[in-house]
Amino acid sequence: MAAKSIISRPVYGTLSPQPGKHHLFVADADGALAITDLAAKAPDGFFADAHIIFIPGNEGQHVAALEALKPAQFYQGPSFASALPRLKQTLANAHMGLRPYLAGTEGLIGQAMQAALEAGIDHTSIQTEHRGSLARRVQCVHCKGITESVTTQPATCSHCGLLLLVRDHYSRRLAAFQGVCINAEDRSEIPPAEEIFR
Amino acid sequence: MYAVNIEPHVVGPKGSALENLIDVDEHYVSEMQDRALVLAEDPLRCQSLPHMTLAGWDLLELLMEQQALGSPEHFTLTRDGDKWRWINRPLGIDDSFTFGDVSTLPYGPMEYITRQSQGDFCILDQRDGNLWMDAGMVTTQADWSLDFDIGMNFFEWHAPVPLAHEKGIFTRALKFLTNIQQGKPARRLNWTMTINPRLDTSPENYHKWGPDRTTVTPENVGDKVHLRVELQSFWRLPRSNGIVFPIRCYLIKMDELVTQPIWARRLHRVIRDLPEELANYKGLSRYRATLVEWLSKLDDGSPTSAGFGA
Repeated sequence: MAAKSIISRPVYGTLSPQPGKHHLFVADADGALAITDLAAKAPDGFFADAHIIFIPGNEGQHVAALEALKPAQFYQGPSFASALPRLKQTLANAHMGLRPYLAGTEGLIGQAMQAALEAGIDHTSIQTEHRGSLARRVQCVHCKGITESVTTQPATCSHCGLLLLVRDHYSRRLAAFQGVCINAEDRSEIPPAEEIFR
Repeated sequence: MYAVNIEPHVVGPKGSALENLIDVDEHYVSEMQDRALVLAEDPLRCQSLPHMTLAGWDLLELLMEQQALGSPEHFTLTRDGDKWRWINRPLGIDDSFTFGDVSTLPYGPMEYITRQSQGDFCILDQRDGNLWMDAGMVTTQADWSLDFDIGMNFFEWHAPVPLAHEKGIFTRALKFLTNIQQGKPARRLNWTMTINPRLDTSPENYHKWGPDRTTVTPENVGDKVHLRVELQSFWRLPRSNGIVFPIRCYLIKMDELVTQPIWARRLHRVIRDLPEELANYKGLSRYRATLVEWLSKLDDGSPTSAGFGA
């Protein structure tokens, strides 16, 4: 769990089986463990109506554990971007009774949440559980470019190169934290970067 | 430190900023040109989520009615059912359109009318017991980003404000705002300081205006440092049940402000005694000492008036 912060910063919970007709899981890396933990509490036959979209990442772990749950649909993809068209189509074709569950890194949860919001699903009805890296997606407020997997404070914008203070202020719509030039008033001030989002 | 300084938005003395509920002043044309320049450079300053079009029409009606009421020499609105004609003489506009039909205006209704109205405008959707920042025209802001905050609820977009959450300010303010009635607008004032008379102190352009804060010296305080007062008003919109929240910015330089000795005394004490968190949030830290020193020479220690409302 992240330290207590400001109100716009997302708060994550623990996945638990919800009443519903279909269960859509989106997870990356250790997010798979949140799904297998949920499975231990789920009623029999729960995964017969489930679709799991999983991005194992570099470690490549947990695929067998998820397949063993025997979901109706299982997809393994190399990146969130590659999974996104499938996720969007699933959401677009969904009916009442679909329950989304998102687990893994903040970037994964945020971007899957963004796709669900765009499909008209209320964010409060989405289950989330954070597992793994605290690396942040950061929108540069100046050039609007998004830098992925930011671990340092401050961080350099990968688009315009400004040195950004990574705030806790978070936009669900953008699935990103806000980055604001840390030395806008005097560029000669260059605070050292510390790795704090791991 | 904080006050929930909300009062009914009713007309005030002739010649004041409150003579009309929507103030049109001598800066009208230049502020509208400034807005057009900002939008040309950054169109994301004006955004409206898809469900907010009706609220945009509500706002168009409100601003046309109020501006025509307050300044009939500049603005004329004539209506025949949904066939409307709007004449804006200072900007040379004479448009006929069908109210409710977006294809009859050159922009969406919110953008159309707020390109012709001074101040920033946020339109808030009311649902789930909360207010959601779902549309806005924001080109003269004190360091917050509509592009980032659009879609957030009342607590989320205020998240970065220090100390006020803990004091319950936002819970009380939300309770008040969700109960605003049609025809009974309310208002409050907010303030900060700006170096040089810039309207656009957006985070988007912080790397452009931020260096101004390093240029304050004892010699130029009076000319460079401006008190920035925001007149915020809150209006219920009749069709959409949204709330529109105009934020009108007024700037006065220190040399002008201290022509009123009582203002000089009060501002000296306010800036001197402001809690550190607030001074940081308002971005004063870099020049605060210089400003306090300059103002202190104009404070003979005599009492000020009672303050709010006086």
